[in-house]
Amino acid sequence: MVGLQHYLILSAALFSIGLYGALSKRNAIAIMLCIEIMLNAVNIAFAAFSRYVTPTELTGQIFPLFIMVVAAAETAIGLAIIMNIYRKRGSLNTTKIDLMKW
Amino acid sequence: MVLTITFWLLAIICVVAALMVVMLKDIFRAALALVLSLIAVSGIYITLQADFLAGVQVLVYVGAISILLILCIMLTREVQTGAAPGRFRVAAFIIGICFFVVLGFVFLWTPWRISPASPPGQTVAIIGNSLFGENGFLITVEISGVLLLAAVIGSIALAREK
Repeated sequence: MVGLQHYLILSAALFSIGLYGALSKRNAIAIMLCIEIMLNAVNIAFAAFSRYVTPTELTGQIFPLFIMVVAAAETAIGLAIIMNIYRKRGSLNTTKIDLMKW
Repeated sequence: MVLTITFWLLAIICVVAALMVVMLKDIFRAALALVLSLIAVSGIYITLQADFLAGVQVLVYVGAISILLILCIMLTREVQTGAAPGRFRVAAFIIGICFFVVLGFVFLWTPWRISPASPPGQTVAIIGNSLFGENGFLITVEISGVLLLAAVIGSIALAREK
């Protein structure tokens, strides 16, 4: 029998994998991929709480919708910035993007 | 019983695909693994009886965001070696493991108040009512529309050839 805690552990595993990737990757697009994994993990946790704690009112399914809106906006802006950096510097290595480093 | 088997299958696919995103060196294959993981997450929404959320997941994530990411990967030339891990690999691994252990401990030892009520069969009408009805999230919906407009204008202004 699958319960709330199974979904929460799955969400925690996905979030940790995304966290590891976002911290360890050097390519900017790879970091964006890992951020998408983390956002999905949070969405699973929201939907699981909505299903098991308050099944009749679906507020927990509305928050993932707004998270998806913000994720879409974030991806569009982030990729535009990444393309701009790539055009100017010819590289996506985040250790070499140090224009604002003092 | 069917639900249990489906959940475990989808969870394994989801975690393995996410691990492939993190481990693979070829960033294009990593993006394809991300698409697989997103589809598995959509199936997990179906096992949670959130059918509208599953549809939106397929439309927005699998349909739009992953295409945007793959297009951006194809426009840059660091496909083969791009996703090599950096200097902080070991530290990031330790942080990830610690985070998972702490989070799992909290999730397993908190006495959640599970409600015995059964969820409604169709969620679309209830979600629509609470998004657009009275005492709902109408102002948030409109703000998110403004946010999307700002994102579109901003990305066009950023990506434009000078």
